[in-house]
Amino acid sequence: MSDEAISESNEARDLVGEYQFGFHDEDKSVIRFNNGLSEQIVRDISAIKNEPEWMTDIRVKAYHHFVEREMPKWGSPEILNNIDFEAITYFLRSTDATKDDWKDVPEDIQNTFDKVGLREAEGTWLGGITAQYDSEAVYHSIREDLESQGVIFLDMDSGLREHPELVKKYFGKVVPHSDNKFAALNTAVWSGGSFVYIPKGVHVEMPIQAYFRINAENMGQFERTLILADEGSSVHYIEGCTAPSYSSTALHSAVVELIAMDGAKIRYSTIQNWSNNVLNLVTKRAHAMKNSTVEWIDSNIGSGLTMKYPAILLKGEGSHAEVVSVAYAGKGQHQDTGAKVHHLAANTTSNIISKSISKDGGRSTYRGMLQVMPKAHNCRSKIVCDALMLDSDSRSDTYPTMEIGNSSADLEHEASVSKVSGDQLFYLMSRGFSEQEAMGLIVNGFFEPFTRELPADYAVEMNKLLNIKMEGSIG
Amino acid sequence: MSEEILKISNIHVSVEDTEIIKGLSLTINKGEVHAIMGRNGSGKSTLANVLMGHPSYQITSGEITYYGQPLEQLEVYERARAGMFLSFQYPSVLPGVKVGTFLKKSIEAVRGEPVKQKDFRNQLKAAMTLLDMDRSFLSRYVNDGFSGGEKKRLEILQLVLLQPSLAILDETDSGLDIDALKIVSKGINQVVPHAGCIVITHYQRLLEHVKADYVHVMIDGKVVKSGGPDLAHKLEEQGYDWLEANA
Repeated sequence: MSDEAISESNEARDLVGEYQFGFHDEDKSVIRFNNGLSEQIVRDISAIKNEPEWMTDIRVKAYHHFVEREMPKWGSPEILNNIDFEAITYFLRSTDATKDDWKDVPEDIQNTFDKVGLREAEGTWLGGITAQYDSEAVYHSIREDLESQGVIFLDMDSGLREHPELVKKYFGKVVPHSDNKFAALNTAVWSGGSFVYIPKGVHVEMPIQAYFRINAENMGQFERTLILADEGSSVHYIEGCTAPSYSSTALHSAVVELIAMDGAKIRYSTIQNWSNNVLNLVTKRAHAMKNSTVEWIDSNIGSGLTMKYPAILLKGEGSHAEVVSVAYAGKGQHQDTGAKVHHLAANTTSNIISKSISKDGGRSTYRGMLQVMPKAHNCRSKIVCDALMLDSDSRSDTYPTMEIGNSSADLEHEASVSKVSGDQLFYLMSRGFSEQEAMGLIVNGFFEPFTRELPADYAVEMNKLLNIKMEGSIG
Repeated sequence: MSEEILKISNIHVSVEDTEIIKGLSLTINKGEVHAIMGRNGSGKSTLANVLMGHPSYQITSGEITYYGQPLEQLEVYERARAGMFLSFQYPSVLPGVKVGTFLKKSIEAVRGEPVKQKDFRNQLKAAMTLLDMDRSFLSRYVNDGFSGGEKKRLEILQLVLLQPSLAILDETDSGLDIDALKIVSKGINQVVPHAGCIVITHYQRLLEHVKADYVHVMIDGKVVKSGGPDLAHKLEEQGYDWLEANA
């Protein structure tokens, strides 16, 4: 996307009050590397963090893979091929250390996390939070009762420092650096993210949350997250993200790795609400061992381009995968999202629900992969993809791929594309609703059957965001 | 002197350059029921749609006033807020929108203020009792999987709750069995004393339950004959041929 187009699309969101998080703080960084990427920059990131040599080696290897690896040919090649990797800042340290008391966090950063609603959530329904601001975490807290049960919840840099043996054992095992160009980039320059370990049999009742905030212009944010749920444990991890509206591109390229050991349950929920100048190119994958459950609840409301297909490898017999994907593509936005589920073991089950809305020329794409391996007997899978277009300028595409290697598989696939009709609008307006209110009702109705299934706080948050989108939009 | 609600003065209405209504005038006062009868394609539903402001219909000449004010500048939702109501011949399906939520929001939109949950519940209960509707309606999605009769009943439920000053009922009787017709008529009759009412129908049978003060016959976009309730009986017995000969 050209700078001009980005500006216009950001302005459209800002002007109508649709995007509330487009503000930024003055850049008061402690350390900011020069823009651009080289082996030296990669080594400098590792050095400034005092990392063990093995991590430096992983980074350098990944960097060379990144340089040689070609761009993905799907999604939006025209945008991908125009990314100027030299115009991006790869490391920016905002504060000298991660604090565990907000009073020690610089005031403007405190205010920012106030405005995005994190501090209120911290006090009411979260078990712990990490607040990342550009490259690193500036604040971190965890409830004492969780800590005393042996739960580890740290930013990834601290995780590497304090638990190098665990990190070394699992880092890059679910998403190898060679997976794709952006996984390679992340592995080379990663900074921040979360490290989570839930001990055997421990159920974390309150969700833990990471919040990713980009503040500086031209920023690249490359957080790296690893969540290990040991046997019979459970955890709900939530991430939220926002960024200022700038006219130039920011890059967000995360890698998230989850491992649910036997009988464990991980729910990973995302509320992605980047400004439209952010390119959001993320690799998320989980390994599900015997009788475990992994759920990705992935909502993409912001960003100019998102390419993200949370994946689950059902490796253990009886494991279950659940992916709920929600996308909203407004003016100047392309949400290329979906899900990948690989049934590698017998008696595994999966559910994929995708709901997308496109409006004002926005584009939403569902890209999915369902694979059943020959030895995976008696698998069940259900996929439902619904797309709603609010006008004729918008676009919606579905690319489902299925590779079924075992004839005992029980598969269901439903897809629908609907458009808001003039008759529906006329009917609603004849009942006193303005056009925007009418659209809002139709959109809420489109999501209703499934927001009912979401955790209450999450559903409230998402409804709020969607309503802001709908109310703020120009009819 | 009765209170004038709607005045239609010699309107011509087109859809995509095809003229459907070709000079029609009508005045409706408070408390009056005007039945509009005629064959398919005579322009009856066009009249209903143009009154409510459907964007596909253009008034090419003539004027409509509502309480003396020209209607043309008002958006569809502004007409609803000003007290106009159209009971649709084919109401839209709204997937995922629950009837209960829809009704409450609609009342609030039309009145322009929040409605207390308790008041809403009471009004709703009274109206649903009147129309012999089960509470289970409320948690269904609007018109989703509804039978023809259920759709019409929901339209009349809205009519009763929204208490309009002008009610336009577009073939509300079609697809209703005799019991449903009686029930729906109860709803209409409750609104009539406080409103002007236009009842568009093919058949005389609704008029056995809703007393029309005037009957107008439309042929080819014009009212060719107006009269009292007797006219509906005559149409039922003799059809429209005798009028077409005069048209």
